Amino acid sequence: MLTVRDAACARGGVTVLEGLSFDVTAGQALILRGPNGIGKTTLLRSLAGLQPITAGAADFPEDEGAYASHADGVKTALNVTENLTFWAQVYGNAVPDTVFAQFDLDDLRDRMAGTLSAGQKRRLGLARLGVIGRKVLFLDEPTVSLDRFSVKLFADWLRDVHLAAGGVAVIATHIDLGLDAPEMDLTPFRAALDSGGSADEAFL
Amino acid sequence: MIALLKRDLRLAVRAGGGFGLGLAFFLIVVVLVPFGVGPEQSVLTRIAPGILWVAALLAALLSLDRIFALDFEDGSLSLLATSPLPLEGVGLIKALAHWITTGLPLTLVAPLLGFLLHLAPSAYAYLLASLFIGTPALSMIGSFGAALTVGLRRGGLLLSLLVLPLYVPTLIFGAEAVRRGSDGLDATAPLMILGGITFGTLALLPFATAAVLRINLR
Repeated sequence: MLTVRDAACARGGVTVLEGLSFDVTAGQALILRGPNGIGKTTLLRSLAGLQPITAGAADFPEDEGAYASHADGVKTALNVTENLTFWAQVYGNAVPDTVFAQFDLDDLRDRMAGTLSAGQKRRLGLARLGVIGRKVLFLDEPTVSLDRFSVKLFADWLRDVHLAAGGVAVIATHIDLGLDAPEMDLTPFRAALDSGGSADEAFL
Repeated sequence: MIALLKRDLRLAVRAGGGFGLGLAFFLIVVVLVPFGVGPEQSVLTRIAPGILWVAALLAALLSLDRIFALDFEDGSLSLLATSPLPLEGVGLIKALAHWITTGLPLTLVAPLLGFLLHLAPSAYAYLLASLFIGTPALSMIGSFGAALTVGLRRGGLLLSLLVLPLYVPTLIFGAEAVRRGSDGLDATAPLMILGGITFGTLALLPFATAAVLRINLR
């Protein structure tokens, strides 16, 4: 469903990764590994279309990709239901009632997002993925600030709802999600000639 | 797109500052002028059109930097850019939301403030018309400026410097229409040109805004 061939991506004009090729078939997830600054975020942003892939190609069904970053895009002046409803409408969907239970937001429906804890806000940000109905997800550190219970909750949703329905996910993470998914270490694809700038530049 | 408009309006109302701040600023500037130039009726009547337009323009400038900055900070802008909404549409809707929360209220209270400045009775209709036709251009140009400075820290000041010169044509023809009205002359021509400027910005600037946003999001 997702095919990447010989792709390269750049951050701030400096190529960080090159020669990347992989396939992800429907119902499968791919975990990206690698030290900080290797270019996981850059790769995900490039695949999601926020910046161009500088060489090679990435193919997935048009209008099926969705991106989720460290920042949730949660509006603090709206309540939980309003936040989800907004994203559902942007994608032309209705909010499925099951999504509140899947992300443990049932008791928080009418709470202002500004009063949520960091973990609850993160769950709300992830619940967005459950209402937009996209098949190809690019997830950048989805479990930041989640406790162990919430990580399992998210992994369960990913496995039992998203992947089970034929979805695909490319996930950059440093922890074990407990998914039965292949892992890919990005270190071998580090672009040569990255002498300029610190390795952390890719994260800024 | 309508969902985005509704969300932006709701946020503006809930976060406060959307309607109130610009209007209060407009009021204060207009009230200060007679203190500065003295209460002489004939002087005030003559400068009222210009003062009202400059004050409205500055009031519209106040909330510009929030158009994209808030969405950029919490990550919504990246998510909107990868959503099915065209970025051009996002820029247009954002400018429309800005106009509804600033330009439209400014237009509606301007006649009241005109009274404070002894605006000539024949000019009220032209004041309303010129602001109604001209302020959408202010929001369109402003959202383009906001897109240009979206990733910058303290971009607000730079935004003012970038946007104010671009406001000059709108100001000239807007104030001219009111001045002609107050002198009892025909003000159709400046109003037509004002409309032309507004339609021009509506046609061109959404594309420029989207292009700039794409670059800034990289």
